[in-house]
Amino acid sequence: MTAADERAQEVATTAEPTSRRVFTFNDYMMFGAIVIFGIVGPFLFPNYTFQIAVLWLMVLFAQTWDVMGGQMGYNSLGNIFFFGAGMYICTVTQIGLFTDVGNYTSSSDGGSFQFTPDQYYIGVAVGLVFAAIGSSLLAVALGWIVFGLRGPYFAIGTLGIALGAGELVGAWEWVGGGGGIPIPVYPGSGDGKSFFYYTLCFGAAMATFLFLKWLYSTRFGLAINAIRDDEEKAEAMGIHTMRHKTAAWAISAFFLGISGGLFGNMTGFIEPLEVAFPAPTFGLFMVAMALLGGKGTIWGPVVGAILFHIVKEATWTYFLGWQWVALGVIIIVNIVYFQQGIVGWLQEKYPHWFGIEVEARNAGAKRAAE
Amino acid sequence: MLDNLNLLVIAPFLNVQLLLDGLFIGAIFALAAYGLALVWGVMNVKNLCQGEYVIMGGYFAWYIGSKGIHPMFAMPVAIVGMFGFGWFIYKIIISRVVEKDMFTSLLATFGLAIVIQQGLNLAFGPEVQVANSGYPTHTIPMLGGSITVAEIKFYSFLICCALAGAVIFFMKTSRMGQAIRATSQDARAAKVMGIDTEQVFAFTYALNAAICGAAGVLISMIWVIQPFYGITHSIRAFVIVTAAGFGNLVGVIMAAFGLGVAEQYGGFVFGAEMQQATVVGMLLLVLIWRQVQMSRYRQAVQ
Amino acid sequence: MRHLKKWTLAAATTVAMMGTSSIAYAACDEIILGSAISFTGKYSTNGIHAKNGYDLAVKKINDMGGVKIGDNCYNFKVKYYDDESTPARTAQLLERLIKQDGVKYFLGPYSSATTKAAAPIMEKYKIPMIEAEGASRSLFNKGYKYLFAVLSTSEQYLASSVALAAEIAKKNGKKPGDVKVAMAFENDPFSLDVRAGVLDDVKKHGLKVVIDDKLPRDLSDMSATLTKVKALKPDLLVISGHSKGAATAFRQLGELKIDTPMIAITHCEAAKVTSKFPKVANGVLCPTQWAETLSYKGPYFGTAAEYDKAFKAAYKDYKNVPYQSAQASAAVLVWHDALKRAQSLDPDKVRDAIAATDLKTFYGSIKFSKAGNNVAKPMVLRQIQDGKYNVVAPSEWASHKVEYPRKAQ
Repeated sequence: MTAADERAQEVATTAEPTSRRVFTFNDYMMFGAIVIFGIVGPFLFPNYTFQIAVLWLMVLFAQTWDVMGGQMGYNSLGNIFFFGAGMYICTVTQIGLFTDVGNYTSSSDGGSFQFTPDQYYIGVAVGLVFAAIGSSLLAVALGWIVFGLRGPYFAIGTLGIALGAGELVGAWEWVGGGGGIPIPVYPGSGDGKSFFYYTLCFGAAMATFLFLKWLYSTRFGLAINAIRDDEEKAEAMGIHTMRHKTAAWAISAFFLGISGGLFGNMTGFIEPLEVAFPAPTFGLFMVAMALLGGKGTIWGPVVGAILFHIVKEATWTYFLGWQWVALGVIIIVNIVYFQQGIVGWLQEKYPHWFGIEVEARNAGAKRAAE
Repeated sequence: MLDNLNLLVIAPFLNVQLLLDGLFIGAIFALAAYGLALVWGVMNVKNLCQGEYVIMGGYFAWYIGSKGIHPMFAMPVAIVGMFGFGWFIYKIIISRVVEKDMFTSLLATFGLAIVIQQGLNLAFGPEVQVANSGYPTHTIPMLGGSITVAEIKFYSFLICCALAGAVIFFMKTSRMGQAIRATSQDARAAKVMGIDTEQVFAFTYALNAAICGAAGVLISMIWVIQPFYGITHSIRAFVIVTAAGFGNLVGVIMAAFGLGVAEQYGGFVFGAEMQQATVVGMLLLVLIWRQVQMSRYRQAVQ
Repeated sequence: MRHLKKWTLAAATTVAMMGTSSIAYAACDEIILGSAISFTGKYSTNGIHAKNGYDLAVKKINDMGGVKIGDNCYNFKVKYYDDESTPARTAQLLERLIKQDGVKYFLGPYSSATTKAAAPIMEKYKIPMIEAEGASRSLFNKGYKYLFAVLSTSEQYLASSVALAAEIAKKNGKKPGDVKVAMAFENDPFSLDVRAGVLDDVKKHGLKVVIDDKLPRDLSDMSATLTKVKALKPDLLVISGHSKGAATAFRQLGELKIDTPMIAITHCEAAKVTSKFPKVANGVLCPTQWAETLSYKGPYFGTAAEYDKAFKAAYKDYKNVPYQSAQASAAVLVWHDALKRAQSLDPDKVRDAIAATDLKTFYGSIKFSKAGNNVAKPMVLRQIQDGKYNVVAPSEWASHKVEYPRKAQ
């Protein structure tokens, strides 16, 4: 280990906020605002339903990344693997329940099977459950391979898993290989489909948020924070680190699997490299979003994802040709000049907003809360 | 798959062909990987836009070639140009992430990679480009068949060796080389001893860009380039450095050769669709193996 | 939070509305054609070719006075988004074009993969799309009613090269079972469908497949596959992988001195191989949807040759006009023709008018089957002979005889 490495670790372990275990007044305000927007949004802006649905998926991405990257200090670049795995598990289940998968996916004349509405809805429901559970199981299995790695090696190892999965699925003819799979067509109107998936995406993102919020307030949350701060010491204190790490990854994978199944259905056509395992885009976006908002905070990933998505959609519309430049510059500026992210910065500046006990401001904060 | 293995046994000259192609291309991988090992080892920067620098170098060769000049002459231009570019990037971006944790440099350079890709796309268009060296290909009869060696691959191999030699010589003998080595051992101590580490970092990063640029010139004459092709080169560099560890030039070169050959054999035996999977599979195997090694001492790979 | 978002969205809508209303040709209203096409990423070479084709035809039609419907006249305008060469973006961008930009008429994206993602959206909203760049057969067996393609489907790309190989073998007194075929196809929806077509033809003629490799998507090296070709000495080598696949193939065919007597590769024109690899390119067979030497003729651009001239005048750096551009232009012409006949802006009426299209154009005849693909136009096979593309098959279009075996460089 070089001196630079040590320095980096020092920085990583000291610059972290501490307590955030209470659902404060501000939390209620923020959460309420988001829920209201989530419910009213599709009625206020019916034309934006699809985009807002993707926004909720982005929120989910950033939150699930943060379980590992922010709370546990394991920076994974390969979380997109569970997104793709969920997508494929869900799709294969949807198809496999009612017809032969190999026939359906064959590149010459596959995919012409017509699903009845009942078959469709049953397929989606069962598919999403399988996707969530299947992804979690994969996380447990892969945990054995990667959790002996630390820092950059962990990041690169997980990235390798995501990239390798894309290539392997691409070579697997039973699931259509590189030819991909056309998803069963939604049996209702266009707006009906948007609304259906909007509801599911919003529900998934909110469920993720509430679950994580609760999780971070339990002993488990403390344990993974301890692993982030010093894994050796945590182990010495009697925390079974391997078990905790695996569980944390499986939780990420659970929600990511659902998001993958949803996104596949919304896109209508999936294939391995570009849609299911896009490590260089979605895979890195989830990291960028979490960092933009502030990693290791509950609100950071949410805020980061919302901002990132709005900026991305806006640049794609109004800076056609320069959109990637704009995006790259935003990432650079964010990372280089604005390390702790938006919420991280706020937390430093106004800790009482987050229910963090700081003596001098304690009284004022309490008063403000009432 | 078995057919393909069988083929290798009954037609042994194919092994020579695959080995040679693998070694030639591995030599170029080694350049980009060594650059990465340098910045990783000296300043702890995980440079994710390594591949983009390679592609930029390629565009130097393509541009000069399209003006009717032999693309080989792009080599010095690319080295100097990329050195300047690297220095510039260091000053505006990298200098601010050197002290930060690993993810900072990874993501900052990822952002940079996006900007470079799109910049190249806007400047030169998205077309697949090549630079033509115009050198002939030779057929050599051997082992009951014949192998082909493109002269350009052979020259590029020699150039890679020369560049690697020059870098080693520089590191061992020059004042700056000593400073770089000292800094990589202990930056704080080096600073105390009066080494301007800021200068050393800038030089190291610029040197890395220059090496990548040189690799790019060769790549554009052997393979094809396109603004969005950088990512595979970056991944290869990371695979090699992860396998070899940094600060170990010989290891990097051996790993690069190994990767080049493994890609060729992987593509031949499992079918071309598994060529990329072979690269990633090797990476995972190396990582697993190193974990097993370390777990004997109850330690993690870090 | 909520306010911020609301404000941004409101601002976005206002800007969008301003953007669409301000620019207009003299005195005519506008019909917006929407297209999410690849400006970045791996398909971008051909995405740009297609965009140039769209733009040229739009300009031509507007210069000719636009579309007259009743007493109103309309000019075409294309609204583009960049799909980054990934189907994951296609659905989002099309939703946006439909819902936010209010586009009711669509031009296709580039590549079968993205078109596969586009078709269900069109179906969902019952909005017609005329596409010019998605050739996969599986687009036309799903009963899509709103998808129309002006191009021939992908199984036809290399069919005539397989037939040609079988024919030549027969002439030389070789049994079809002795004719060895090597295949290398990119692992993407388009090329895999081409592969399925080739496999059918190989079976039909009774040839023998010796290599069946799938090239990785981000390929810049196929020497392992070509080494196999050297060892097994096939009589026919077929390769398909969009422009970058073609460029890589030509580069390494030369470097490894592959002397297969017959080689067929898709996307030669789009990869500009005659100028990049003049020596290696000689004798290679290239399937094409369209060629400027064919005797097609139509009311808009005149003959194929005249289109060729018009295109080169508009875009100076093209030495050969890729068929991707030609068919893109043809798609715009179909829109014009259908709107003229429909005399209505109602998508369903327009859709029926498109289905009834029977048009002669510089690109060939266009007439859609019930499934939506164009059945009135054949694919032709060209051979690069002395740096020129000459049509060699099928025989009714052939202007030159095929050179066999290919003269090795």
